[in-house]
Amino acid sequence: MELLLVIIIGLLYAAGIYMMLRRSLVKLIIGLILLGNGANLLIFLLGRIVKGKPPIIDDASYVLAEIYADPVPQALILTAIVISFGLQAFAIILIKRAYKVVKTDDLDEMNATDEDL
Amino acid sequence: MSNPYIILPIISQLFTAILLMFFWTQKNTQKAISVIMSLVTLGISVWLLTIVLKNGIHVTQAGSWEAPFGITFIADPLSSLMVLLTSLAGLAVSIFSVGSVRNARVRFGYFPIFHFLLMGLNGAFLTGDIFNLYVWFEIIIISSFVLITLGGEKAQIEGSIKYVTMNLLASAIFLTAIAILYGLVGSLNMADLSIKVANLENRRLVNVTAILFFVGFGIKSAVFPLHFWLPASYHTPPPAISAIFGGLLTKVGVYALLRVFTLIFVPDEFMINLISWVAGLTILTGCIGALIQNNIRKVFSYLIVGHIGYMIAGLGMFTEAALIGTVFYLIHDIIVKTNLFMVSGLIFKIKGTFSMRNLGGLYKEYPKLSLLMAIPIFSLVGIPPLSGFWAKLFWVESGFAIENFMLVAFIIAGSFLTLFVMAKLWAEVFWKDGDKLPKKINVKYFWELKPLKRTAMVFPIVFLSLISLYIGLGADHVIQLSTIIGKQLMDTTPYIEAVLGPINESQP
Repeated sequence: MELLLVIIIGLLYAAGIYMMLRRSLVKLIIGLILLGNGANLLIFLLGRIVKGKPPIIDDASYVLAEIYADPVPQALILTAIVISFGLQAFAIILIKRAYKVVKTDDLDEMNATDEDL
Repeated sequence: MSNPYIILPIISQLFTAILLMFFWTQKNTQKAISVIMSLVTLGISVWLLTIVLKNGIHVTQAGSWEAPFGITFIADPLSSLMVLLTSLAGLAVSIFSVGSVRNARVRFGYFPIFHFLLMGLNGAFLTGDIFNLYVWFEIIIISSFVLITLGGEKAQIEGSIKYVTMNLLASAIFLTAIAILYGLVGSLNMADLSIKVANLENRRLVNVTAILFFVGFGIKSAVFPLHFWLPASYHTPPPAISAIFGGLLTKVGVYALLRVFTLIFVPDEFMINLISWVAGLTILTGCIGALIQNNIRKVFSYLIVGHIGYMIAGLGMFTEAALIGTVFYLIHDIIVKTNLFMVSGLIFKIKGTFSMRNLGGLYKEYPKLSLLMAIPIFSLVGIPPLSGFWAKLFWVESGFAIENFMLVAFIIAGSFLTLFVMAKLWAEVFWKDGDKLPKKINVKYFWELKPLKRTAMVFPIVFLSLISLYIGLGADHVIQLSTIIGKQLMDTTPYIEAVLGPINESQP
C-alpha cells in the first residue's frame, strides 16, 4: 500500500509540474490541482497507513505501545483541502476572467505587463 | 510568560474587517473606520513591543493545550517588531487609500480585504507553529489575490495570473516541506522542531527539507532565480495596493526565512554557501534589472528584488553582526518601500503617467513635494546618515570578519547600482524639463481633488518619511533594538524555553 501511494504521489507531482509548464491556462490550473493533491497524499502517507489502529489509549496503559494511525496529519490534510478548494475556485474564476479580458488562452501572448506604460 | 493578549493585533484586524463588511455600501464610513482602527492597532502593536522588550518573550497556547501539542502564539522581539512595522505601514496605506483608491474598488470590498491581509500578516508573525504559519500564508495570499485583481484591468489580470500561479506553487512546495518535516520528527511546534531537528541522524534528508523550505519561502520573498513573477505583477494594481505589497508581502518571506533558518535548520556550510550565492545574484539581478526600466513602479519592483538580496546576504553570513544588519535593514526597507510606492502613486496623480521618458519638471512645479519625495528616494540609496546606510556597515564589517569577500563585493556593487538608478530617476522625473503631457480623461488629477483627499495622499508620505529620518538620524535606538533581536536570532534558547519551559540539559 505504501509503495503504491509513493508511486501515485510521484506521478501526481510530475504530472502537476508538467501541466504547469504548458502554455494553456486551463492546463496550468489542472497542474496546480494535481500538485496540491500530491502534497495532500504525501501528508496522508506520512501519518502511517495502518488498518484498524485508532490512536486510543486503553485504560491499562499511559502511552500507545503499538503503531497507530496518527490523527494530526489527517487534520492537516482537512485544512489543506479546504484551503486549496478555495484557492482553486478563485484560480478558475480568474482564468475565465482572463480569457474574457485578454481574449487568449495562451500564456505566451500575455505580455501586456512587459510593455512600457 | 503566558499572556493571551498577544493575539490582540490579529483580533483587532479581524474585528475591523468584519465591522467594515456591515458598511459594504457606505464608502465614507468604511474609510473612517479603516483609518481609526488602523490607529487602534498601531497603539496595540506599540504596547506589545514595549511589554515584550520590558518583560521578555510572551507565549500563549491556543485552547490551553500545552506545547508542543497545541498551537502556540509567541511574541518575541522580532515578531512584535514586525507586527509594529505592519501596523505602521498599514496605517499609512489606509490613509493613502482614502485619497487614492477609486470608489468603484471601495464598493467591491477593498477595505475589508485590506484588513484581512493585515490580519494574515500579523498572524504569520505571531505564530509559533509551522503549519499554522502555512495557514496564515494562505490567508495572506488569498487576500492579496483579491486585492491584485480588484478592478480587473487588462494588465492587472495578466499580472495576477503570474502572481497567483507562483504563489500557489510556493504554497504547494511549503506544504510538501512541512509534510516531510512532520514525517521526520513528528512535531509542528517550531521550538520543539528546533530541538528535534538538531538531534536527527539523517542530515541529508534534513538538508533536502531545508532546501524545500528555502525554495518555498524563496518564491514568496522573490530571490534569484525565483523572482520573475514580482516585476511582472507589482506594477499593475493601484499604487496603494502596490505599496502594501511592496512593503510587506515579500518581507513575510524574509521573516519566515529568518525564523526557519535560525531556529529549525541552523545552516551548515552547504546551506551557507547556497544562501550566499543566491543572495549575491539576487542583489545583482534586482539592481541591474532596475537600470533599464522606464516605468517608475517597475524600477521600484526590481529594487525590491535587489534589496531582498541584502537581507538574505545577512542570513548567508550568519554572524550576529550580520543578522543585526538584516533586522535593521528590514525595519528600514518596509518603511521606505511602502513610501516609495506611495510616492509613485502621487507622481501618477500629478502627471498622469508612470513613464520616466514622459515625466519631468516635477521639481519646478512642486518644489516642496519634490523635496519630500527626495527623503525616501535617498534613504533607499543609503546616503549617510539616512536610514539605508547603517545596515550595510554591519554587513561589510562582518563580511570582512568572516572573510566572505564575495558578499561584501555584491553588497557594495548593489549600493552603487541603487545609487545610479535613483540618481537617474531623480534626474529624469524631477530635474529634466517636462513636456506638456496630453490630459487623460479617465484620470482624476491631483489639483482636481478635494483638499481632504490631497491631504490623505500627502500625509502618509510625510509620516513615513519622518519615520525614515528617525531610523537614519536616531539610528542609535534602532541599532539597540536590532541588537536585542540579532542576539536572540543567534541564541534561540530563550525562544525555546519560553515555549517549552526550561530545557533539561541532561536530555539529548
